[in-house]
Amino acid sequence: MTESATGVDTKPRAPGGLVRGTLRTLRNEFTDKERRLGYILVTPAIAIILAIALFPLLYAIWLSLQEIIINQSSSFVGFQNYVDMIQDPDFHSALINTTVFTVLSVSLELVLGMAIALALNRAFKGRGIARATALAPWAFPPAIAAVMWRLMFQDQVGGGILAYLIRSSGIYTHPILGSDSALIVAAVLVDVWKTTPFMALLLLAGLQVIPQEVYEASRVDGATSWQQFWRVTLPLVRPAMLVALLFRTLDAWRVYDLLWVMGNRQLNSLSVYVYNGVKISQLDFSLGNAAAVFVFLSSIAIAFLFIKVLGTRAVD
Amino acid sequence: MFGDFETRWGKVLFYVLITVFVLMTISPLLWMAKMALVSPAELDVYPPKILPESLDFTSFKTIFGDARFRSALVNTVVIAGFTTVICLSVGSIAAYALARLKFGLRGPVLSMILAVAFFPAVAIIAPLFLQFTNWGIVNTYQSMIIPDVLFALPLTVYLLVAYFRELPLDIEEAAKVDGASPMQAFFRVTLPLSIPGVVTTGLLCFIFAATEFLFANTFAFDSSTQPVTVIIPQFATQYRTDYGAQAAASMVVTIPLTILVLAFQRRIVSGLTAGAVK
Repeated sequence: MTESATGVDTKPRAPGGLVRGTLRTLRNEFTDKERRLGYILVTPAIAIILAIALFPLLYAIWLSLQEIIINQSSSFVGFQNYVDMIQDPDFHSALINTTVFTVLSVSLELVLGMAIALALNRAFKGRGIARATALAPWAFPPAIAAVMWRLMFQDQVGGGILAYLIRSSGIYTHPILGSDSALIVAAVLVDVWKTTPFMALLLLAGLQVIPQEVYEASRVDGATSWQQFWRVTLPLVRPAMLVALLFRTLDAWRVYDLLWVMGNRQLNSLSVYVYNGVKISQLDFSLGNAAAVFVFLSSIAIAFLFIKVLGTRAVD
Repeated sequence: MFGDFETRWGKVLFYVLITVFVLMTISPLLWMAKMALVSPAELDVYPPKILPESLDFTSFKTIFGDARFRSALVNTVVIAGFTTVICLSVGSIAAYALARLKFGLRGPVLSMILAVAFFPAVAIIAPLFLQFTNWGIVNTYQSMIIPDVLFALPLTVYLLVAYFRELPLDIEEAAKVDGASPMQAFFRVTLPLSIPGVVTTGLLCFIFAATEFLFANTFAFDSSTQPVTVIIPQFATQYRTDYGAQAAASMVVTIPLTILVLAFQRRIVSGLTAGAVK
């Protein structure tokens, strides 16, 4: 017991071939007191995941293959709901809005977050205060952040400071809350405001483990700050950056509350589409379920893409 | 990147950028405070003036006079409180096993729990809605606490595993030499020593559950269960032109959260970034 607790895993190799060895290891897993305790302690957590995530997910997949009329019979229709979904103009707008929102917000957050992380990475007076204020909006509910920014975007009223500034500077002279595209840009701004500091903190953590000697060596070799950033900092901060990017992208991809509140229920996203299908108009229940499965599968595809193409471990 | 830090102008430019960043972060908060605290007459002045000229608590009186808002505050605290307690109980024992005990499926179990962080919540609202209807628990606290626990679990386990691993093994070993079982070692030694970590984790759990919107908007139908995240956006309809009341309501929620984050910022930062660099 002390052996395994110190980290030396001594699995006995059975002489009688692979099958007997496996069986013995398996039996060991449950007879060894410490191993058994390990399984017992993680059981509640695993039970919650199986019951509240996995089972409902399988149920959603099953529902997406049915034609369901609430309170009436249901019948198996194969992939018909998916075909209907792909032909639905509302689904198109949801997909486009979500893609635009995700690409814009995540790339802005990455660039700004990196700049802020580089700034915070040097010692200066007031760093603690800068870091602390940066974190505050991150803890706000997105729905409340949307309410706050909606007030500032109100056209031609005393509280609508941003609408006033934008209008008087001539950047955009129409009511911002009246147009879907303007609303999405506005929602991107809110998301950038709310999440860039968090992105910066994740990147900062990555920057802080880069040894100072690496910079000194490159300076001796005559590298400019710019070269130093591209050749030294960026490659070394890459793992932390990819984790942050993956996390943010999947978060933006399932955006619901921000767009729902910013657009006063009128702005479509994939999650809003699912919600409208399964909750609001129960006629589209099956369609909503197909979209729910689509959101799940596309999230997996995005994660897979990040891990394969950009090549790193997503979860440590 | 920001000019040579050594030169005077580089330094000035650097501080200007940092100041701009901090101002951009807090200015929406300051503007909300201004909107909530000036008189209704001043709020109507257009074009808006940056600095407040009056001090008036009408907006706060309006929202605290609203029974729906008061019960929403209570609902949020109850939902987030229960979520935190359940999550810490389930999460701490799981995290202990994952941090300290050797068992074959340790890696897969940890991956499975952390993968929930990437799971799109919207994918399961329909099945949960059907299930909760069958159980008769829609429009109850449970209908929000159950999914909130699921989605707060990865963060909880991730943070607690990091905290437990930081503790020196020797203390636990000493307890075991003295005849303590692994469970006793956990409850008598590991857990008391990681109280700061557990408190920080609990705080983040609470913030997570208090900010949740999708499940609350799906499973809560009326003001007896709806939390602030659902009630406050509805004010846009209810107090259509009373922008001061909307601003005041958002202040009531964001100010305590800001204070909590400022008080715990060092711990939160080190907790959240603990695994990102490994």
